[in-house]
Amino acid sequence: MPLPDTLPLIGITWADALFMMLGGVTIAASLFVVLGRDIIRNGLMLILALGALAGIYVMLGAAILAGAQVLVYIGAISVLILFAIMLTQSKAAPAKLTFQSQALPAALIASLLAIIFAITLGTNDWKATVFAGTPAPQGTTSTAAELFGPYLLAFEVVSVLILAAVIGGIYLAAIPRAGQIGAEDDEEVR
Amino acid sequence: MSQIAGHLEPYLVLAGILFSIGAFGFLARRNAISMLMSIELMLNAVNLSAVALGVFIPALVGQGIAFALLIIAVAAAEATVGLAIVIAIYRNRKTPLVDEYDTMRQ
Repeated sequence: MPLPDTLPLIGITWADALFMMLGGVTIAASLFVVLGRDIIRNGLMLILALGALAGIYVMLGAAILAGAQVLVYIGAISVLILFAIMLTQSKAAPAKLTFQSQALPAALIASLLAIIFAITLGTNDWKATVFAGTPAPQGTTSTAAELFGPYLLAFEVVSVLILAAVIGGIYLAAIPRAGQIGAEDDEEVR
Repeated sequence: MSQIAGHLEPYLVLAGILFSIGAFGFLARRNAISMLMSIELMLNAVNLSAVALGVFIPALVGQGIAFALLIIAVAAAEATVGLAIVIAIYRNRKTPLVDEYDTMRQ
């Protein structure tokens, strides 16, 4: 028995239902990241938001990007953030104030930003250039042609940047030994 | 024929909402790691809009995804250095809260 085109009873298509579900999960999880008190749960909710976003990339037909999102963001950056949370959490931290005293102006600025986005989206005539319809799955060929053609210099610069970031991260996070910048004067070599 | 998921605007609206949430978190949170997480949210919003534009505008096919891949790589570098800096400061000051970093205040 084939599935009906639209969701039973509600009458919205499957793609729309999936988009609304993934978008709702993304927004709810990112709101929790920003508003939640317990920072380790914020980190876990960040993983949820990034995972839902990977689902939206798949809906857009960008499977290679969804893979990169899962590998890099969920696999690497989130784990890094969780480790940093564990290394920097003090017992008094959850009891302290979560937000700065400037939280209200920050909320106003963020709302203003959202209004500016809404105005921009509302006034531009996107229909002229934009294709509408279910996005076709994009292979990796067009992406590779761009990445290794016009963007080759950017690609190489990014690889050097990552190397520099790795070395810099090790240097910054390492415990300074005696004689190095940042070492305490009377500290012995550990 | 899908009504929402087949158009560009909903993706851009989602990206705008996500960016605003991240901007609020960056401005309002006290914990340095929370601020870094908010930066990740903003970078993801930019990625989403880049990919959506790349998919829905025929002249940009392939470019959006390539751009987003570069942004992901830069975000990884940024998170590495940022978290290393937070850990290095935590070792000296014993706090991750940015408003207690007041050594350079007069």
